[in-house]
Amino acid sequence: MEKFVRKEGLVAPLDRANVDTDAIIPKQFLKSIKRTGFGPNLFDEWRYLDRGEPDKENAGRPVNPDFVLNKKRFEGATVLLARENFGCGSSREHAPWALQQFGFQTVIAPSFADIFFNNSLKNGLLLIRFDAKIVDQLFKEVGENEGYRLAVDLESQTLSTPSGQSFKFDIDPFRKHCILNGLDDIGLTLEHSDKIRAFEAKHKAAQPWLF
Amino acid sequence: MAKTLYDKLWDSHVVHVEADGTALLYIDRHLVHEVTSPQAYEGLKLANRPVWRVDSVVATADHNTPTRNWDKGIEGIEDKVSRLQIETLDKNIKEFGAKVYFPFLDKRQGIVHVIGPENGATLPGMTVVCGDSHTSTHGAFAALAFGIGTSEVEHVLATQCMVMQKYKNMQIRVEGKLGLGVTAKDIALAVIGKIGTAGGTGHAIEFTGSAIRDLTMEGRMTLCNLAIEAGARTGMVACDEKTIEYCKGRMFSPTGAQWDKAVAYWRTLVSDEGAHFDTEVTLDAAEIQPQVTWGTNPQMVTTVGGKVPDPAQESDKVQREWMERALKYMNLKANTPITEISIDKVFIGACTNSRIEDIRAAAQVAKGKKVAGNVKLAMVVPGSGLVKAQAEAEGLDKILTEAGFEWREPGCSMCLGMNDDLLSPGERCASTSNRNFEGRQGPGGRTHLVSPAMAAAAAIAGHFVDVRSFS
Repeated sequence: MEKFVRKEGLVAPLDRANVDTDAIIPKQFLKSIKRTGFGPNLFDEWRYLDRGEPDKENAGRPVNPDFVLNKKRFEGATVLLARENFGCGSSREHAPWALQQFGFQTVIAPSFADIFFNNSLKNGLLLIRFDAKIVDQLFKEVGENEGYRLAVDLESQTLSTPSGQSFKFDIDPFRKHCILNGLDDIGLTLEHSDKIRAFEAKHKAAQPWLF
Repeated sequence: MAKTLYDKLWDSHVVHVEADGTALLYIDRHLVHEVTSPQAYEGLKLANRPVWRVDSVVATADHNTPTRNWDKGIEGIEDKVSRLQIETLDKNIKEFGAKVYFPFLDKRQGIVHVIGPENGATLPGMTVVCGDSHTSTHGAFAALAFGIGTSEVEHVLATQCMVMQKYKNMQIRVEGKLGLGVTAKDIALAVIGKIGTAGGTGHAIEFTGSAIRDLTMEGRMTLCNLAIEAGARTGMVACDEKTIEYCKGRMFSPTGAQWDKAVAYWRTLVSDEGAHFDTEVTLDAAEIQPQVTWGTNPQMVTTVGGKVPDPAQESDKVQREWMERALKYMNLKANTPITEISIDKVFIGACTNSRIEDIRAAAQVAKGKKVAGNVKLAMVVPGSGLVKAQAEAEGLDKILTEAGFEWREPGCSMCLGMNDDLLSPGERCASTSNRNFEGRQGPGGRTHLVSPAMAAAAAIAGHFVDVRSFS
């Protein structure tokens, strides 16, 4: 996992509540056995007017000109601004993979679905929760200012706007530590191998039918 | 101190806790399927890590498997990408091992959330994970069960643990008697309609009350299955005699002295008197009506006697725009009575409603009747090979096919359309599945979530109809 310390980038606003993971990456792309290659089909049914397929080239497909990510001014955005309950639905980790592989490093919303939240942080895609009022303000600012950028400093847990305003955000210390240092979760857990083995022995003695 | 069922299940599996409360939770059962596991096994290979406890793994292929042409074997899967994913699971299980594997074409193959319980691979008191959000289903057995992503699948394979923060406790209490023709699916949709699809976010839900105790195990599985649609990663029901009776004599259930010991422990898997819940929601069972969703999210739901709501009545701008967008996608006008919505297809199946009781409910409605002429396809997809065999032994397949339903092979099928079972753009479907998201059953497809009896009644009538007054 790549380290996430301080990142700054163009913001794209996705002004819809309850964006589900079926919308983020439709099911036909889940047939892949690889971890990469999902970026081109992020929000496929919203970005394109025809049906995308895993083996289909996107060049030449009819594009939906009204969809926000197809607008020139948001090209190259690395921060996605969204509404309540972003990432609800299926547990597909292909959703954060697609967002990252498209180029997003941070998603800001008033709330996220639980499984999507975990999946994203496991991959170093930083999800930031702000009060709906702050999110409203950011939507307003990005709408009014072309080239609107935000800076995210994970170390100090602050988000800064172009006008110099900054907002503090929360993150669990353990997750912060992992993302800041790009740590491999499995490696960290395996440092507790002795504890896991001891627990397992005790558990087996108490409930042998589980083994 | 009085503990909730969730507190008990959590406490009995904690291996280690960090200073900020992040815990390592031990996992007893890991259900594996073809879609969310290939990258996890690849990760193990790349890091040269073994599977920590092979006998915790129960695997099957379900999402991509076809529901026809099983006589052609693996060659019958025309989509090469789907086939490769199923073959990759075969290869990974062969290389890494499992307690048991029910591959494509096996007589015990089926939807992962159906085969776990029916083989006794899901038992009370267990922690159960699977790379699928509907893993909450297994909570019906007083187990702590939740859906996980692929990195977590790899993590559990390698360490037998999950890295987790404890959720808050939520109690959803349903008291009283359900009316005739009102089912667990209707309870679940009514709950989601009340608290919203984010209502349970950050919580573990326990369903309690006399209406829940009255449900069969199948009904409780339907209810817990839909906890995730209320935003909660895990939903559960306390253990009682029905739970114990269901587990008895299953393939992996304990026997003899171990059975007695297990049962004694399982009986403690209930919330203590006076245990604290952070959030409590109460519903009156008698007031719950058959439910039908009208929009593109499970919380967009109303009763069969209701109407499509009018966005103009919604004061919140974000909500109003969301409703308008949903009505446009669903091609519905505000204030249309639900019973005036006609349908093109019917799907009875999915991990929500593909168990024997669901098939019986559909057959009971369909018996002696015919699918309406405007319905292009009405299909019944049993949840597993065992469910299919049981239904056939009871003659349910005959009743359904004589009424004009197609009787298919088991799998996830048109719940998410990873195989060939899809809606065409613009088609409207009465579905017993769990999600009515845009494009969920096929690009441009329009899904209305209902119970199996309501789906069968809609198939016969050609439009939604109140199953209680349907004859």
